[in-house]
Amino acid sequence: MSEATPNQSLFEQIGGEAAVNAAVDIFYRKVLADHRINRFFDNVDMEQQAAKQKAFLTMAFGGPNNYTGADMRNAHARLVKMGLDDSHFDAVMEHLGGTLKELNVPDNLIEQVASIAESTRNDVLGR
Amino acid sequence: MALKKIILDEHETICHEGETVLEALLRDNVDIPFSCKQGACQSCMVRSLDVPPPAHAQKGLKDVLCKQNHFLACLCYPEQDMSITLGHQPEYFTEGTVIAKELLNPETVLLTIQCKDALDYYAGQFVNLKRADGLIRSYSISNSRRHAEKLSFHIRRLAGGKFSEWVHQELNVGDTISVSDPQGLCYYLPDKMEQSLLLIGTGSGLAPLAGIIHEALEHGHTGEIHLYHGSRDVDGLYWIDEMRELAEKYENFHYTPCVSRGDAPEGVAQGRANDVAMANIPDLKGWRVYLCGHPDMVNQAKRMAYLNGASLQDIYSDAFHVASPTLD
Repeated sequence: MSEATPNQSLFEQIGGEAAVNAAVDIFYRKVLADHRINRFFDNVDMEQQAAKQKAFLTMAFGGPNNYTGADMRNAHARLVKMGLDDSHFDAVMEHLGGTLKELNVPDNLIEQVASIAESTRNDVLGR
Repeated sequence: MALKKIILDEHETICHEGETVLEALLRDNVDIPFSCKQGACQSCMVRSLDVPPPAHAQKGLKDVLCKQNHFLACLCYPEQDMSITLGHQPEYFTEGTVIAKELLNPETVLLTIQCKDALDYYAGQFVNLKRADGLIRSYSISNSRRHAEKLSFHIRRLAGGKFSEWVHQELNVGDTISVSDPQGLCYYLPDKMEQSLLLIGTGSGLAPLAGIIHEALEHGHTGEIHLYHGSRDVDGLYWIDEMRELAEKYENFHYTPCVSRGDAPEGVAQGRANDVAMANIPDLKGWRVYLCGHPDMVNQAKRMAYLNGASLQDIYSDAFHVASPTLD
């Protein structure tokens, strides 16, 4: 990952779009391999899902996005009906942290990413 | 020349300098799906009907989509006037005549159709076959591009399947049938010749895979090519000898027939084709993967291939959904 300089945004410090692409590949595999949560991905188109993961990670990395809480609610409403709860959200957060560690992102940046991702919890869980 | 015309169906939209195709269409109140507006979600994918779209508008799209002039409206700053389409165009049919019909196994016929017009297809694509009364079904082309006017299909008889029953029982050599434009994104492009290929098919899923294999070998593909063809029992397999001969002729082609139930005879693997394949080739990093046949097999194998290291860009699949209720 690139050296941090004081004026760089979080997104730039993590490594921009290249970092997002590297992260999607690791993150999506971790999620799909996790028996606690992979049933939620059983009937989705994998390409479309990877594209959504990319949009999500771009947002969590502080990059350009059109994030709206309403979109996040609508997108996950079906899963909430299937029983999506905090434990599943926690599992995804775990994989997000693990992914960034694998990519050697410094801890202070991982914390910032985690806090952006955490801010979507209530929308994702429909609360 | 800053203004570019975007023609969508009958409607004309003017795209201003510095404006994307998506922005122009939305400003013009055209109903087009979109979401992230930054090239990630691919909701706003459209297709150019005339000029090739600018390369920057195809970022992240699969090679087969780029080849067919698909692009993302949100990334596209048009360089010239363009005609585009949101979905499928109206289908064009050409007339075909059945020139051969033979049984491959008790439940599958090999049907060869001579088309009036040569079709521009890629090995692995499918067409819609239309009976005179309008009944339509999709079937994969099982030959390579070498025979553009003579297409062959593997038509598996499904219990209660209106179309397949008709083909098996009533359609004869000399009869005519309509053949649509080739469609689908599960096909072979002769690039990255050194890339290893894994092809897994169940039942008549062998059809597109056979086309792809012949196409690849004719192009001199140098990477390893592994075919796993599965069925419940040996009766459901076919072209065993042909594939074995091909494997003898080409050093880089390997063939494994598989049966999922009962004992496997010598030379046939026991187990579902996708399980046998993934057990034999556990690391698929850098591989290109083709999956055709039963939807459950295709979905499971796709996930497994990805988890075993294949990139999604390198996984091509065609799930055969059946239109009529059938016996399993």
